[in-house]
Amino acid sequence: MTSSRIDTVALVGNPNCGKTALFNALTGGRQKVANYAGVTVERKEGIATLPSGRRLRILDLPGTYSLRARSPDEAITRDAVLGRLADEPAPDVIVCVADATNLGLVLRLALELKTTGLPMVFVLNMIDIAERQGIDIDFEALSRELGAPVTATVATRKRGLETLLELAASQAEGMRASPPSGWREPSATEVRAAHRQARELMRAAVQPPSRPDTLTGRLDSVLLHPVGGVAILLGLLFLMFQAVFTWAAPAQDLIEAGFGALGVGAAAVLPDGWMTGLVVDGLIAGVGSVLVFLPQILILFLFILLLEDSGYMARAAFLMDRIMGGAGLHGRAFIPLLSSFACAVPGIMSTRVIDSRKDRLTTILTAPLMTCSARIPVYTLIISALIPNRTVGGVLSLQGLVMFSLYAAGILSALLVAFLIRKVFWRGGSELFMMQLPDYKRPEPGNVLRNLAQKAWAFISRAGRIILPLMVLVWALSSWPAPPVGAQGPAIAYSAAGRLGHWLEPIFAPIGFSWEMVVALIPGMAAREVAVAALGAIYAVGGEEGALAGILSRQWTLACGLAFLAWYVFAPQCIATLAVVRRETGGWLWPAVMFGYMLGLAYAAAFLVFQASRALGLA
Amino acid sequence: MIIKVRTGGDRDRDGLTAAEIELRLLEFGFVEGARVEVLHEGPIGGDPIAVRVDGIRIALRRAEAMNVVLAPEAA
Ligand SMILES: Nc1nc2c(ncn2[C@@H]2O[C@H](COP(=O)(O)OP(=O)(O)OP(=O)(O)O)[C@@H](O)[C@H]2O)c(=O)[nH]1
Ligand SMILES: [Mg+2]
Repeated sequence: MTSSRIDTVALVGNPNCGKTALFNALTGGRQKVANYAGVTVERKEGIATLPSGRRLRILDLPGTYSLRARSPDEAITRDAVLGRLADEPAPDVIVCVADATNLGLVLRLALELKTTGLPMVFVLNMIDIAERQGIDIDFEALSRELGAPVTATVATRKRGLETLLELAASQAEGMRASPPSGWREPSATEVRAAHRQARELMRAAVQPPSRPDTLTGRLDSVLLHPVGGVAILLGLLFLMFQAVFTWAAPAQDLIEAGFGALGVGAAAVLPDGWMTGLVVDGLIAGVGSVLVFLPQILILFLFILLLEDSGYMARAAFLMDRIMGGAGLHGRAFIPLLSSFACAVPGIMSTRVIDSRKDRLTTILTAPLMTCSARIPVYTLIISALIPNRTVGGVLSLQGLVMFSLYAAGILSALLVAFLIRKVFWRGGSELFMMQLPDYKRPEPGNVLRNLAQKAWAFISRAGRIILPLMVLVWALSSWPAPPVGAQGPAIAYSAAGRLGHWLEPIFAPIGFSWEMVVALIPGMAAREVAVAALGAIYAVGGEEGALAGILSRQWTLACGLAFLAWYVFAPQCIATLAVVRRETGGWLWPAVMFGYMLGLAYAAAFLVFQASRALGLA
Repeated sequence: MIIKVRTGGDRDRDGLTAAEIELRLLEFGFVEGARVEVLHEGPIGGDPIAVRVDGIRIALRRAEAMNVVLAPEAA
């Protein structure tokens, strides 16, 4: 069949029912899937092809309990379904996705969706789990009562997809011109009536589980225990940071040795002169000094992905709610803040699940204080250069402890900043907090590995796209101009970078930064880890030999290393973060505020740490 | 069992009207006639709480939960 126009199918349903898993299965997409509510915060589209060759445009949307959207992510779903988006008409078919083990709330949503007048298919996803629990669903009764075809899928195993597509396609045939929407905001009375109707439906079509899931209840009695649960949460976080520090070492040594050999090989092959300098000092030393952190970043992501996919994330939010609430943060701020440990950019985007604008802004402003993975290279480099590799109390590594305290400093300062924002700028009680606690699931190995590979690739390609060209620049600026004849001291002091560094040095002298550190901060504006690459290049051009950590341990005092670490707890140095804040807040005001306050904090913290450690005699 | 879901009383805050709180409770399944069981309490001051409402686990703060009036089920 050759249709000039492709029909659009929108996936709508409660949060965490498997819409994105279904979208990925239907379209071959690679959108993020995880076991907590509020993963998808954007509208995504893809193409699914039926066996007949017919194509359908599939929309993945944020989950919602109602079309009466409250938060920005729910508004996207409402606007997409009602055809209120500027450049797009309403979809031709709605596929209402249900978690087959949890039908109560979605049936009410389905009744609400019916009032839009759009053709609908009702799909019982996660039917595998429902079958395992012995939930018996009468498809015909459901279909009759809902007035929509009903089918079942297992998105993660790609079961039932063809039938779903056929049904969606035939529903699209039925009604060509989309009817005027009959939807309007339901009143409380109407919601109650719809609930009654949904409950009737449940009674008529769904047999409760004969083998209910008891695992979740048993795990929760441990993991949500008022004392034990908090201890486990802290233990998990601590284990995560210890692992980042200790498990990665062998792989890191390997990568480091590889780049070392590459440098030696390149130097042997290339003719003497500036070419060798560029390749060996600029590119290999610079990019290599960042890529050695790949193993650590993968370990961190592995932990976060496992927590996300198991269903633990919502529990962590539950345990942290009161502490976060005390600082004036919304309960749903926990997940954006936790994902900011990986990177603040998706963290800031996921604040769309927060309904109140003020709460959302507070979370956005504090998210970059969470220690993102780009800080890992900076932290680990300086820790391994300057903190002795000792164990404390027999088991804990001192380096791991310092790392943990840097993370703790980030978290505490985020809470403090949030508290000040709430107290000084916008007063008022904290917002409504209601969140579904999903059933625990065994993390899908395929899903975890695919996500991990995506992260690894993103890190490597960033090294290629951002770090590589910047390294050429850093290398050129620190190699030219050449020193005049008969000049004293190292050549690099006469280069453009050297001059700039020396010129800026007085500003940074009170916080103990040497001119090399100052120069490294500048390309580090693009992304935090670039500072490490820049240090690598600057010292290599300056004629220092060996691994960067070794160089730093000779060149830097402990006080100055600690000041550098303190700077990076707060440093606003990431253009991508500022850009996403601009996009999410719609202007330059908030990125400017963020930049200003973080820069101020960075300087103040570095100053305090430097002066205090000098006073303690650590210079 | 829930016998009544009230409006948020006089707690109009932050653009959240009392009626809005009621609607949101309703959308999460807190509706007259639903079975509710308190499962867990948070670590500090027993807040928030985790409840099971007609088979669905939901976490919410006590302040909101105060709008849900319960009655013990007749055995
Ligand atoms: N066993 C099983 N698990 C599934 C199935 N579909 C999805 N899941 C799991 O359910 C969880 C939620 O899936 P998502 O696709 O992220 O859910 P979503 O509806 O997009 O969620 P939001 O974007 O937060 O609204 C993930 O852990 C999936 O692996 C299924 O058919 N069977
Ligand atoms: Mg999703």
